[in-house]
Amino acid sequence: MRIRNIVAAAVVALALASCGGEKQADVIKVGWFGALTGDQAVWGNNEFNTVKMLFEEINAAGGVTVGGKAYTLEAVGYDNKGDAQEAVNVVRRLTSQDKVVAVLGPNASGNAIPIAPILEGAKVPDIATVATNPKVTVLDGKVKPYNFRVCFIDPYQGAVAAGYAFDVLGARRAAVLYDVSDDYSQGLREFFIENFEKKGGAVVADESFKSGDVDFRPQLSKIKAQNPDIIFMPYFFKEVALSANQARELGITQVLMGGDGWPSDQLISMGGAAVEGCYFVNHLDYEDPDVADYKARYLKKYGIETELNGYLVHDAVVLLVDALKRAGEPSGEAIAKALESADVKGITGRIKISPQTHNPEGKDAAIIKIVGGKYIFQQKYAAE
Amino acid sequence: MSSYIEGILMLSGINLIAVLGLSLLTGFAGLFSFGHAGFMAIGAYSAAVCTKLLGLPFVAAIAAAALVAAGVSWLIGRATLKLKGDYFCIATLGFGEAIRLILDNFQGLGGARGWPGIPPRTTLLNILILDVIGVVLLANLVRSRHGRNMIAVREEELAAKVAGIDTFRYKMLALVISAAYAGVAGALLGHYMTFIQPKMFSMVKSTELTIIVIFGGLGSISGSVLGAVVLTFLPELLRAVDKWRLVVYGLAVIGIMIGRPRGLMGGFELTPKSIRAHFARRREERAIKAGRAAEDGDEALSGEADGKGGL
Repeated sequence: MRIRNIVAAAVVALALASCGGEKQADVIKVGWFGALTGDQAVWGNNEFNTVKMLFEEINAAGGVTVGGKAYTLEAVGYDNKGDAQEAVNVVRRLTSQDKVVAVLGPNASGNAIPIAPILEGAKVPDIATVATNPKVTVLDGKVKPYNFRVCFIDPYQGAVAAGYAFDVLGARRAAVLYDVSDDYSQGLREFFIENFEKKGGAVVADESFKSGDVDFRPQLSKIKAQNPDIIFMPYFFKEVALSANQARELGITQVLMGGDGWPSDQLISMGGAAVEGCYFVNHLDYEDPDVADYKARYLKKYGIETELNGYLVHDAVVLLVDALKRAGEPSGEAIAKALESADVKGITGRIKISPQTHNPEGKDAAIIKIVGGKYIFQQKYAAE
Repeated sequence: MSSYIEGILMLSGINLIAVLGLSLLTGFAGLFSFGHAGFMAIGAYSAAVCTKLLGLPFVAAIAAAALVAAGVSWLIGRATLKLKGDYFCIATLGFGEAIRLILDNFQGLGGARGWPGIPPRTTLLNILILDVIGVVLLANLVRSRHGRNMIAVREEELAAKVAGIDTFRYKMLALVISAAYAGVAGALLGHYMTFIQPKMFSMVKSTELTIIVIFGGLGSISGSVLGAVVLTFLPELLRAVDKWRLVVYGLAVIGIMIGRPRGLMGGFELTPKSIRAHFARRREERAIKAGRAAEDGDEALSGEADGKGGL
């Protein structure tokens, strides 16, 4: 009896939830998805908060004019726990039930790849934030018609890291420690090694661990024995902090280097002195005057600092609004077409979408050094 | 039907196939496995090799997935089925993780970055067909002599042995068949997602399958069907409660397990026969109450209301 009541209540709630969003003529629905729960929740919440904040601001300023008519923007966001299967569910829901005209996110490449066939079926474009795997937008040499992104890709990031380590830091012998069970880490490792060796450097140690490991001493000891000039650590801040601390305990004094998985407040608080003097490749310079305004607005509204993803989803919104204005009508197809010829100035740099790859062309990477517990911008660095 | 509902139905159907297999192993032969996602991964990758690299038709890919998964499970079974109870469980856990890590390291099939571009061959129709075949095969198996022997092994291995049942052989049979089911489910999942990544077949997936089997009720095929559909839909239904979704999901599962420790359908089987028997019983009860109602009017009314609610 009671169970039946609960089931009935759930069904009613679902029915209400699914028909609650009455369609209004002057509202454009934009989907967002990412991890609001799970180990990637920090970034997911940061992205969704940014999207909501920007939409509020845009609406307060009169909305977006599409084809001579003013529309307000509405964000419809769902959690997928960073899970690929749920990513597919969520995008099916966004496109068929919520009828969004575009989707923002996700941050993970493994979630951005399987949604492509659904986007194509529904003719709704997606702008990924920090999904850096090349296969997110291009597969088997063919560009996916409805997948776009605002970040540079892993081969480029790997080339930047290798180039900077070799040319600027003068490293000739590099060691790599990476997360074998993580797609992002494997990709970045591969492209770093490829480029570092092309430059004439030697990779003297190539050690791996798997997600969830907390002890890196065996691998670090092997790396120490090879006495490299630099240690490349292409994984996320939590493991970076742990492995950096253990490396210092083992007496490894070399410079550590990483990619865009590093930047987080957590890295400094957990890593402390261990990551002092280390470098990483980033999408932007945090002290750039272009980003200061967004940073301050976010801090004021939510009371916490924004993470890296916020900047990129900010530019995804900029890109989308620009495409909407030029699309002539608020439909997925028209927006996708407009996105192909987009050329806007975002806070992370100029975003000129290449029609062949749907990636932003020639976006420079920023090299950041950790000095005194602060992220200090070194230079914009472009790999050839 | 919106593509959203269709997608979840397809996922339920895919989960169902894996759960049916696990139901045989856990529910009928009494062996717990926390490595079935490993067999799904084997199925998914072998099927993808068939369609994407060898250009074989989907039917052949599904058959290959079942065969390869069954073959691997036979090898695993040879090595581990002598282990008793918990030890076997730990061995399967290790197996599942090992498969995932091998795939993570094997760059030929994409490594940890996954393998995109698998042709989208899975449809709701072919899932439904395989679901029906799966249920019919399993229902016939558990009612056969072999099925009864498996149940005997589950209930009391030593006694079964004394009664002359080759317990190792029946445990092996259950393992191989359940692995073949998992392989088919993996093949369908890969061609539904069009992308496979070792991460998709982690221990979480194995535990999810075991939870569905126990939630549905050990030793009940209809329970497994119900469990697979309910637990695949539940997280999506709970999107209304936002970030608390998975908390509520967990609480719901705990609540039902406390309320019904044997699972939704533990021990019961929903067959045409059992449904008829149920209605016959209801009719009988109603007849008795009607008889009583003739005697004293007021009490009977409330009595009948109770009768309706007490399902």
